[in-house]
Amino acid sequence: MRTAFINELFALAKQDPRIVLIVGDLGFGVVTPFMEHLPAQFLNAGVAEQNMTGMAAGMALSGKIALTYSIANFPTLRCLEQVRNDVCYHNANVKVVSVGGGFTYGAMGATHHAVEDLAVMRALPGLLVVAPGDPIEARAATRAIIEYTGPCYVRLGKAGEPIVHPSTINFELGKAIHIREGRDATLISIGGILQNTVRAAERLAKEGIETRVLSMHTLKPLDVEAVLAAARETEAIFTIEEHSILGGLGTAVAEVLAEVEGIKAPLKRIGVPPAFSPHIGSQEYMLQSHGLTDEAITLTVAQTLRIVTSGRAV
Amino acid sequence: MDPQNKVNLPELAKRIRQHCVRMTGKANASHVGGSLSAADLLAAIYGRALRYDPRRPDWTDRDRFIMSKGHACSALYAVLAESGYFPVERLESFYQNGSPFAGHVMHKNVPGVELSTGSLGHGLPVATGMAIAAKRDGRPSRIFCLISDGECDEGSVWEAALFAPHHKLDNLIVLIDYNKIQSLGAVKDVIDLDPLADKWRAFGWAVREMDGHDMPSVEEAVMQVPYEVGRPTCIVAHTIKGKGVSFMENKLLWHYRAPLGEDMTKALAELEQLK
Repeated sequence: MRTAFINELFALAKQDPRIVLIVGDLGFGVVTPFMEHLPAQFLNAGVAEQNMTGMAAGMALSGKIALTYSIANFPTLRCLEQVRNDVCYHNANVKVVSVGGGFTYGAMGATHHAVEDLAVMRALPGLLVVAPGDPIEARAATRAIIEYTGPCYVRLGKAGEPIVHPSTINFELGKAIHIREGRDATLISIGGILQNTVRAAERLAKEGIETRVLSMHTLKPLDVEAVLAAARETEAIFTIEEHSILGGLGTAVAEVLAEVEGIKAPLKRIGVPPAFSPHIGSQEYMLQSHGLTDEAITLTVAQTLRIVTSGRAV
Repeated sequence: MDPQNKVNLPELAKRIRQHCVRMTGKANASHVGGSLSAADLLAAIYGRALRYDPRRPDWTDRDRFIMSKGHACSALYAVLAESGYFPVERLESFYQNGSPFAGHVMHKNVPGVELSTGSLGHGLPVATGMAIAAKRDGRPSRIFCLISDGECDEGSVWEAALFAPHHKLDNLIVLIDYNKIQSLGAVKDVIDLDPLADKWRAFGWAVREMDGHDMPSVEEAVMQVPYEVGRPTCIVAHTIKGKGVSFMENKLLWHYRAPLGEDMTKALAELEQLK
């Protein structure tokens, strides 16, 4: 996703001199071509995220499309008030980009576990929150946020994730992508956990459970219609995120379901408990230990559906 | 601003002070002390240095002024009104329900305000971004940013202070309203900043220190920027909190207290005597 993002941004920036990429002294090997070929559109703010974000707002208020780029929690939580006041309150055309969402840097320790970012960023007024699910979505999302005028947060994974979408996609900010159809349940996924979600759906199908799969790449504004349709047309909803179950996709979907009248759909949030992880490890290990592998998702969905069905029988 | 039509700076500073006292008194609002300490600086900036056009607040090539010490907003609103951005009568709605004139600098529906501030340490990074954008676009805009002394406790100020000289932003000017009193006491007792000018010098800024109430010095300081090609400018203005009203001067109390009733009458009477 990181590669898809930077390649697309590089291509766009060559066409549009307003685009400025500001990095927080990170992106070794990734941003190098951009830096070398477009020096007038590149800036290294150093290890200083507050200044990076404030400057991005200042540049955006001077006509630029400014992107801040760093890893994990650095471009979001470290400079949260700059994102809120300088960027959001001024509706500045700034795109905050974080690489390494979730447990991408799982072995690096709790400081690098970015599993509250979506919740926190979602709470900020006027900020679009986007987390593409694979490199195809990442490329489309990059183009979409540049075309959109206003503040955005983009959460990316790492480099080298598998491509989930078999062909071209119709990517629109705020519109979930329908990946698979089924009536037994809907699996709504955000970000890089998409592949495990799709695999879980395939496993479930083998067990005779047909699921609808939605890639909810835009957390805010949420595709409320897609959630309501899932509630009306399928038996249960599962949200799957490499993020705390507090405040992210699961919460956003629960908010919709809690306030809608006349539709009852059981909801299960599959994600990370709202606590510091007691251990560290590779992304694979961390997903495994948090029940986010395709096998674990399959099991949770199947078990939950059994409970839901038996509840109804009674 | 029409440079041919030179405003009388002491007169402008006096009107700013009168507005500050009336506004904070009527609103029963805090922060009159730090507004009065900045009045002469604001008068010199808007009366001499800044290239702006109140009829075109979004003119691309304008100079920009960022009031980073957002709590001293009454002084900014006053100088904007006096500079023609909006009628001075609008100042009467300061702090009132539904008014755009909030108790910290807010840009929405207030023409001429470049940046909403109120949380300290935000202005200089944004000003730095504006300065680098102007440089890269080849625009003549200069960015003036007024910060407080207490604000220098914020790390983000020093992040920008490191960045700007490295990038040779000589179109960036920071003014420090060094009135020596912050929220809970004297600056030297809370977190001593001295030697403040030397700190900025060491960071690579071209620095000038002066009495922030000696108008000829202030005027000269803001008119002569940049002092060195390729270096951002730092103006350390030694000021007096509450300047112009004897019973407010150098009193921490007037960071908070509003000039009500008799206090307002006395304050306005003293200000009327200012030359």
